[in-house]
Amino acid sequence: MVYEERNTWVGLIVSAIGMTIYVIVVLREAGAGPLTDVVWWPIMLWTIGASIVVSIVVSILWGIFAGMRDPDGVGKSDQRDRDIAHMGGRVGQAFLVIAGLGVLVLCAFEADWFWIANTMFFGFSLSAFVGGVASVIAYRRGLL
Amino acid sequence: MVKPTRVTNRIRALREAAGITQAELARLIGVTRQTVIAIEQERYSPTLELAFQIARVFGLGLDDVFHYPEGESS
Repeated sequence: MVYEERNTWVGLIVSAIGMTIYVIVVLREAGAGPLTDVVWWPIMLWTIGASIVVSIVVSILWGIFAGMRDPDGVGKSDQRDRDIAHMGGRVGQAFLVIAGLGVLVLCAFEADWFWIANTMFFGFSLSAFVGGVASVIAYRRGLL
Repeated sequence: MVKPTRVTNRIRALREAAGITQAELARLIGVTRQTVIAIEQERYSPTLELAFQIARVFGLGLDDVFHYPEGESS
């Protein structure tokens, strides 16, 4: 597995776990009350911060581990990696557009900030996740 | 299921005839071994620049290494 594919896998796994934890924490905070009463932003910031830190740490550890087995491939990326990253970005971008439109609609209806922020947050997350899935498939099955 | 590329190549045969390993070819053209594998298995169509680099390793022209079926326009 090449360096960029490892990073894609790390991003994919960490974002999936991060989003799951975020949802669980928000639901637990809400309890039986309305979701809009939850102070969402510290949870969101912690999720984003922790996801970034964990991604970096896991990438480094996995890189060290992979480097012991195949020293040639460590930290190396090429045209195929860039092509796959572009494709993944394009696939994920659709979800950013959908989230952006969703935010506009929520603003038009003067929805609670909770829904506006979380729509955008899930748009970013879904964009990264779906783009990551597309990239991993391209690494495994081919990019033509 | 990913549709196979219509660009085919003889890289594997040429490489084996020349006694070059995938890792050596990868080093010569500045890509990872996985990229060489993907190109050989026709799971990735190389850029024109990379295709020229590969052909140059074997001292051949682009048409001697890569093939595109007649009558294909898209």
